[in-house]
Amino acid sequence: MQASIPPPVRDVPESAADTAGPGGAAATTYTAKQSTLVWRAFKKHRLAMAGVAVTIAFYVVALFAEFLAPYSASRFDAESTFAPPQLPQIVDISDDGWDWGLHVNGYTSSMDQETYAQTYEIDESTKIPLRFFAKGESYEFWGLFETNIHLIGPADPDQPMYLLGTDGNGRDLLSRIIHATRVSMSIGLVGVTMTFVLGVVLGGISGYVGGKTDLVIQRLVEFFMSIPTLPLWLGLAAALPDQWGPLRRYFAITVILAIIGWTSLARETRGKFMSLREEEFVTSAHLDGNSQPRVIFRHILPSFTSHLIASLSLSIPAMILAETALSFLGMGLQAPVVSWGVLLQDAQDIRTVATAAWLLLPGLAVVAAVLALNFVGDGLRDAADPYKR
Amino acid sequence: MTEQTTVTDDPARLDQDTLLRVENVSMDFPIRSRGLFSRTTGHVHAVNDVSLEIRSGEVLGLVGESGCGKTTLGRCIVGTNAPTGGSILYRKDTGDVVDLAAMSKKDRSAYQSEIRVVFQDPFTSLNPRMTILQIVGDPLKNFASLGRSEIEDRVAHMLQRVGLSPTHMHRYPHAFSGGERQRVNIARALVAEPRLVIADEAVSALDVSVRAQILNLLRDLQDEFNLTYLFISHDLSVVENICDRVAVMYLGKIVEIAETDDLYSAPRHPYTEALLAAVPKADPRLRGTGRRVRLSDEFPDPSNPPSGCFFHTRCSYADDDRCAHERPLLRTVAGVQQAACHYADELDLAGVGTEAGQVEP
Amino acid sequence: MPQPDVLLEVKGLKTHFFLDEGVVRAVDGVNLTLPRGKTVCVVGESGCGKSMTARSVLGLIEPPGKVVDGNIWWSPSVDRAPAAMTGNGAPIDLAALDRRSERLRQIRGKDIAMIFQEPMASLSPMYTVGDQLTETIRLHLPMNKREARDHGVSLLRRVGIPRPEQRMDAYPWQLSGGMCQRVMIAIALSCGPSLLIADEPTTALDVTTQARIIDLLAQLQADTGMSMMFITHDLGVVAEIADEVIVMYLGTVVEQGSVDQIFHNPKHPYTRALLASIPTMGRGARKRLPTIRGQVPPPLNRPPGCPYHPRCDLAVAGLCDTADPPTVEFSDGHRTRCVLHDPQTLREHEERMVRTAQEDT
Repeated sequence: MQASIPPPVRDVPESAADTAGPGGAAATTYTAKQSTLVWRAFKKHRLAMAGVAVTIAFYVVALFAEFLAPYSASRFDAESTFAPPQLPQIVDISDDGWDWGLHVNGYTSSMDQETYAQTYEIDESTKIPLRFFAKGESYEFWGLFETNIHLIGPADPDQPMYLLGTDGNGRDLLSRIIHATRVSMSIGLVGVTMTFVLGVVLGGISGYVGGKTDLVIQRLVEFFMSIPTLPLWLGLAAALPDQWGPLRRYFAITVILAIIGWTSLARETRGKFMSLREEEFVTSAHLDGNSQPRVIFRHILPSFTSHLIASLSLSIPAMILAETALSFLGMGLQAPVVSWGVLLQDAQDIRTVATAAWLLLPGLAVVAAVLALNFVGDGLRDAADPYKR
Repeated sequence: MTEQTTVTDDPARLDQDTLLRVENVSMDFPIRSRGLFSRTTGHVHAVNDVSLEIRSGEVLGLVGESGCGKTTLGRCIVGTNAPTGGSILYRKDTGDVVDLAAMSKKDRSAYQSEIRVVFQDPFTSLNPRMTILQIVGDPLKNFASLGRSEIEDRVAHMLQRVGLSPTHMHRYPHAFSGGERQRVNIARALVAEPRLVIADEAVSALDVSVRAQILNLLRDLQDEFNLTYLFISHDLSVVENICDRVAVMYLGKIVEIAETDDLYSAPRHPYTEALLAAVPKADPRLRGTGRRVRLSDEFPDPSNPPSGCFFHTRCSYADDDRCAHERPLLRTVAGVQQAACHYADELDLAGVGTEAGQVEP
Repeated sequence: MPQPDVLLEVKGLKTHFFLDEGVVRAVDGVNLTLPRGKTVCVVGESGCGKSMTARSVLGLIEPPGKVVDGNIWWSPSVDRAPAAMTGNGAPIDLAALDRRSERLRQIRGKDIAMIFQEPMASLSPMYTVGDQLTETIRLHLPMNKREARDHGVSLLRRVGIPRPEQRMDAYPWQLSGGMCQRVMIAIALSCGPSLLIADEPTTALDVTTQARIIDLLAQLQADTGMSMMFITHDLGVVAEIADEVIVMYLGTVVEQGSVDQIFHNPKHPYTRALLASIPTMGRGARKRLPTIRGQVPPPLNRPPGCPYHPRCDLAVAGLCDTADPPTVEFSDGHRTRCVLHDPQTLREHEERMVRTAQEDT
């Protein structure tokens, strides 16, 4: 029986890679870094890709706010308070012809003699031509140079163009939402950076050192988690000195948000550290003669950065919502700084909302941004571990 | 304590052909109550006063059920666990003898490159974010402080030796199958030219056909690099295949140690007999032949081991008197074999039939 | 139509997984028969599709996997049929049933039971052993709580669990791995299945525990007369327990025969090589093992023709690498899927080679 079995030719295996069929594609996968693999998995997540597009759009708006907004955030027009949105049109058929050209219709306003309330009608007969790269108010672009070019504006700067209407002070809502994007979107980023530092450092120490240190940090986390967040925010925000300028206030608010936000990240980091500390490849790293810091920074941390990034991108929307809530309650950022929350403060009054429903539009921006970021975070979380499948 | 505690003045403690001697080593893990003011409520004696010799150039097998302390003993030797008692005498290539257990962590690291480990799981033991070059080259970088190109050359050479193509060194572990990853692990262990390699269940996770390849590879590399292996495994058929001598562990203690052929053909401890009997025989015609020795599933609690002989609760030969009260010591039986059983001389225990024609298909 | 003494017949079963990277043909045209009242072992290395075949039988394939072709003829014996609600004993094609259908659910768990590799993972840590046992009993049998509990206790006793009354109230994590596997077996047996599928039930256990679980399964099989499909990669276990053996490689059955035929007269080169590469105890220390060259190809990259040809030393160039090998049946029911046992195909191939050689000159 045995005799019919031929002797082994050699013990060396042909690598799986060598015998791989679709040669080129497979070979690139074999040398692909983890980030490449994560990106490949992420690209298959349609909703997440849409989220990325929307998120990028929001940050582009934030970067080029002065250029994209027709007016500055503080310009007011006492003549047109609570002016309704105008619909931009391309063709005018009112005089029986096809008159091409981007325009909006003007307003006719009338004052109710009893209530003094101003009402607006869109006046189809007046035509306010619009221009791309129109000249308007001058502003300093990123502190580099002064210009007065805006993406869109009325051909005649004195004529009204309020695509999303105006507020009670006659300020253009579109411009204010665009300017607010910068503050609201950046507060998420800055807050998350602080969360990241606090969470990873404290969570990492907790998980890696263990013992008493771990115990103390975990109790601290539980303490912060047990405080009802809204009263704490309110309390902290109320404690901010009134005389602080907008910039200082802005940073104070991000710190407040980060103080609450770091706890869950710290827990996650700790958990990862604890499980990875026991992994064989970490033991191997020690045995290969690596020093403690090298094991931590070269072997442990990189193996869960993708998870960290995923959970971070999921906490940005939470930050944005928190800022919105604080500002809405009047405890967060305050005028003249504009954020979506600050804008929504105008919509607190039910009567205002009834007459000028467009003041709720900043809420739409919040919803869109939060959804988009959540989709991105979800996609990242799913793609974070390309080897587990 | 530092290098000053070397026992060079007493080299007689170590035979000339002994590479490493574990002397009365114990490893206790405290059982703590949970909570802020945790107290130690007891100890698990994972390794309990074990003495063992590893001779230069041999393959010593260490077998036992899971939880018997074989992995912990391996970890004590390699330095990931610091034993709670005993000494680990190691003969340097200069001939001097040092006690690894008495050294500080810092002094100990000098021997990390000489005693290396191959782990069981080829999937968790390689860092998925590092290329094969980085993984295999890491010990060279840390121990030998070599330059980049030199590391690359050595890694390429080593990969070739373990049967992998050096052109694959820039690939990540996910590009390799289980058997290939185990080859990477072996390359990583051997690249820094160790003297003692501890293979902790190194082939247990592999497929049948790949396992044979890796076993042959380990043997070839041993001859080529003049290595000594401590081969930890629960699989007695594999152990027989590769080991010169075998030590059997039960509940933190060595119960028998002998040359492989002696141990398999004529075990002297009832536990060894039971282990051998439990291994399925790869021949249906042998079904039902031989003595049926079966151990109960009731593994004693290692934090509270039985009195007397630890094995008496599961032993079919135990008596209520001596075995239950008196702890047997490891002693020489029938010339060279050592067993820790009161009745090692009297018992007629069944081994594996080695008579020609009985097993060979 | 299946033979009367055949409980389950799988014909041309194909289970594919549709991944982004391509289609993995996990089961690719499996033909096998499970005789009534026998133990059939399915052996093969990881990735050979043995588990997926079993899961396909039970309708447990989840997307992206799908049974794309083939029949699974299930013929419950006539006397069991009324209780099993499966008609008048006529064979049913399980592959044609919706995997969520009530009928399949009835068959699964009652007529066909399955136990898995990780007993701890298959039992819920939140419920006691008794809860989980009585739940299954009451799901399929008309019993009240009291009766179900009594039945459960008797089952635990039957699978060799000491003090079964107390163990009914234990949680799985309070039991050892071997005990957990016994509980799993008790649950599987609770409704008196006619087929027990055991997927590597002893792989995660110690040798000593494995031996006892195998004894138990063999005993239960003999007592109840149920059929058993035992999936394993360990040929030693096969030799201990199997009546018939099915050898799988890359999603196909390469050989099926009685255990004696497989071990003492293997026909397929893969079976032969596999048998040669296992270390057999009693061969003596340090014998070099024959190996199979190369390794199992990655799942997305099946070789054309006979899946084993790249590793086969007897492969016929121009034949094995192009055409699917024929299934050759010998007079004693032994079947193999290899061209070497099909003289006609070989002759035709030779003639063709000669012809092309002549045409060339």
